[in-house]
Amino acid sequence: MPDTVKLEVFRYRPEGEGAPVYETFEVPYRDEWMVLDALNHIKDHQDGTLSYRWACRMGVCGSCGMTVNGEPVLTCATYLEPFLPGPIRVEPLHGFPVIRDLVGDLEDFVEKLQRVKPWIIREEEKPTSEGEYLQTPEEMDAYKRYSMCINCMLCYAACPIYELEPGFIGPAAIALAQRYNLDSRDEGARERHEVLAEHEGVWSCTFVGECSIVCPKDVDPAGAIQRYKVDATLDFFRSLVTPGRSP
Amino acid sequence: METVHHDVLVIGGGGAGLRAAIAVAEADPRLTVGVASKVYPMRSHTVSAEGGAAAAIRPEDSLDEHAYDTISGGDWLCDQDAVEVFVQEAPEEMLRLEHWGCPWSRNPDGRIATRPFGGMKLERTWYAADKTGFHLLHTLYQTSLRFPSISFHDEWFVVDLLVDEGRCHGAVAIELASGKIVALIARSVVLCTGGGGRVYPFTTNANIKTGDGMAFAYRAGVPLKDMEFVQYHPTGLPFTGILITEATRGEGGWLVNKGGYRYLQDYDLGTPEPGPVKRSMELGPRDRLSQAFVGEEEKGRTVTTQWGEVVHLDIRHLGEKLIDERLPFVRELCRKYQKIDPVRELIPVRPVVHYMMGGVHTDLDGATPVAGLFAAGEVACVSINGANRLGSNSLTELLVFGARAGKRAVQEAEDAPDRPPDAALTQALDLERQIHGNLLRPAEKGERVATIRDEMQASLEAHAGIYREEEGLTTARDKLRELRDRMAGVTLDDTSLTFNTELLHYLEVRNLLDVAEAVVHSALNREESRGSHQRRDFPERDDDRFLAHSLVRRSSEGEPEVELLPVTITRWEPAERVYGK
Ligand SMILES: Cc1cc2nc3c(=O)[nH]c(=O)nc-3n(C[C@H](O)[C@H](O)[C@H](O)COP(=O)(O)OP(=O)(O)OC[C@H]3O[C@@H](n4cnc5c(N)ncnc54)[C@H](O)[C@@H]3O)c2cc1C
Ligand code: SF4
Ligand code: FES
Repeated sequence: MPDTVKLEVFRYRPEGEGAPVYETFEVPYRDEWMVLDALNHIKDHQDGTLSYRWACRMGVCGSCGMTVNGEPVLTCATYLEPFLPGPIRVEPLHGFPVIRDLVGDLEDFVEKLQRVKPWIIREEEKPTSEGEYLQTPEEMDAYKRYSMCINCMLCYAACPIYELEPGFIGPAAIALAQRYNLDSRDEGARERHEVLAEHEGVWSCTFVGECSIVCPKDVDPAGAIQRYKVDATLDFFRSLVTPGRSP
Repeated sequence: METVHHDVLVIGGGGAGLRAAIAVAEADPRLTVGVASKVYPMRSHTVSAEGGAAAAIRPEDSLDEHAYDTISGGDWLCDQDAVEVFVQEAPEEMLRLEHWGCPWSRNPDGRIATRPFGGMKLERTWYAADKTGFHLLHTLYQTSLRFPSISFHDEWFVVDLLVDEGRCHGAVAIELASGKIVALIARSVVLCTGGGGRVYPFTTNANIKTGDGMAFAYRAGVPLKDMEFVQYHPTGLPFTGILITEATRGEGGWLVNKGGYRYLQDYDLGTPEPGPVKRSMELGPRDRLSQAFVGEEEKGRTVTTQWGEVVHLDIRHLGEKLIDERLPFVRELCRKYQKIDPVRELIPVRPVVHYMMGGVHTDLDGATPVAGLFAAGEVACVSINGANRLGSNSLTELLVFGARAGKRAVQEAEDAPDRPPDAALTQALDLERQIHGNLLRPAEKGERVATIRDEMQASLEAHAGIYREEEGLTTARDKLRELRDRMAGVTLDDTSLTFNTELLHYLEVRNLLDVAEAVVHSALNREESRGSHQRRDFPERDDDRFLAHSLVRRSSEGEPEVELLPVTITRWEPAERVYGK
């Protein structure tokens, strides 16, 4: 094992510096270190100006997505080890405007997420005094996978369509729309259909499938999109909105 | 200077903040609510919670049982009126979350499932596999998007509150993307900034948990309550400090020392049975289990690894099927971060700083002594956690008290004055000057902020950990004074306005130092051992002197002063804490 490893880090500061550059840092190598540990070492000991996001460092908050040697990954869940002997190239996620260094602008996603109405929609809400809506484990399995999305944006970074057609609602937001469409408590499929059936909804997707490959949480957004297309063609959603379906 | 006005300002977009914001929107849709959060709400630390959230719903359970477990678990330092409100409102809050779509795990008949948890006599912990906090937070966030009256200031870092003559008028924030400093003016303010585990080096807490809101309140003259009570969770992965949820033990996991012996039987925690027994052995409370680890370490019965001493958590006998169904995240975390598979291997674990029972002093509605300022969630101390929080009570707490604080903030917003006084705006301008004028001015190289942080963390770990005594605590106190002085000599490499995370961290470390000061001074003052606060020099609980909360506030000379406030007892007289019987 080497004592140190080199990182080539994408640097960009909008104030006055002009074009982005790659800056090389040498950090100690440790077997148990993730790429994020190396970045933290740079920030604490070498260059306090390096900017990036992180929070949980346990792969669940979704903030630390970056491009490492060309692949979108969660840096808190990616060891240095497979990239030896280096150098390791660290860039921001592709497909997003760069605010600074490794920090991308995610506002577009937040706006799209809101557009697909990711909440339970019902004609009538029953009062909590009447208890829970019953939902069997099998009914939960119908949407469970799509509910695992941590909004890490790796799938958008990997998606060739999103890069060309920025209006595309995109993998995670569609998976989350499906998460609610397939929830036995929800009756909002028709409302969401208005957004998903637009050209920039599911139909932009040419089923490249990169999104599902990079997804760290096995959400399978490509599957969600594909399933929606099939269901939409079969007019499945008309049946979903017939009254009296949910308990 | 730019100002933004809201009727209600919620600081923090974690579970407590989002629940409060929704409560406001539901109570009065005409009121505008601003949610300012230093990270996108779904990144908040609530996302990391694994095991579950407690509420009594099973027919054999009762509110009194939940209350009793909570109060005895807290070593009789909980305010019993607060606990009664808490257990009573818990089931409804949890059901509401179910109605909003939270994927709680279910029984085959479609009803909510529950699991056992440490210190709880009955099964009352609701769970969404072992990603409860994740599902809870995303459900709240997605639901909050439904309300047009709620607007988000994502990635806005609040620097301080604007308080004048005993009333809060808002806060000053930095918009990270631009570096712009903005005065957020509001009729009422709800602090939901979470805990401050980063005062210590080895913690389950995300790097964003820097006790900011506790420090804001402390600097504004609001007392912090029971800050000496810091929870060590007995099972963290060594090196990373990643939490292995108590649900592993709820499902039947064992803790064993280097001889493979279930050592908890030597610490007055019951006798080993093959399956989980509630309030016994591995399902004892966290403080006692963490203390037992230190006992084993001192007897030389722990396992030495490259990351220090550990014991083992054994879940192999639960089988792959159960592990994948109920503890999939534990398996994922062990594989990813420890390179072991718990289906076949032992999990190395050691106690790790996890939760702060203390926080901003509030009443049952989240109101603080400053008018217009409320607090809820981990930042607050109501207090239902006493000297030791029971696992799975805090997710429920942030729902119950987030909602209560939100509703109370609505009333306050209706009564508050229309315009903030000029004094508040002057404060905002002063802060802007401090940051843009001083901190971001290029200066001759001084110390790094990371150095101050590391020395603070090391000092607290050494002197204010699981066991404490006067000598160590005074060493820590002096160290903190020194670090506070040295902060003046810290310089930043980064003088840019755009997404300046070094500036942010400087401000966070300043907050951490205030929180650390509150912890150490409260710990020095409490000359007894209770719950998570164990003094080697005062090993007994002393109800005559200390059946009381510590309230620490900063005097006008800038020194912390600690006073005591009696605990509220309603129906449960203080008694010995008994487990394993
Ligand atoms: C690993 C782990 C597992 C846990 N598991 C459980 C469990 O199973 N059951 C249970 O009951 N409890 C559990 N807990 C405890 C529980 O998760 C937390 O106490 C709870 O989630 C805190 O929620 P909160 O809303 O108060 O704060 P947080 O979720 O921490 O949110 C704080 C918010 O404040 C914002 N903020 C902070 N400072 C600033 C600032 N200066 N400016 C602007 N915004 C700011 C942040 O951006 C964030 O949005 C666990 C804790 C950890 C660490
Ligand atoms: S679908 Fe997967 S890759 Fe995309 S945002 Fe969600 S978790 Fe990340
Ligand atoms: S830091 Fe949270 S996912 Fe990596």
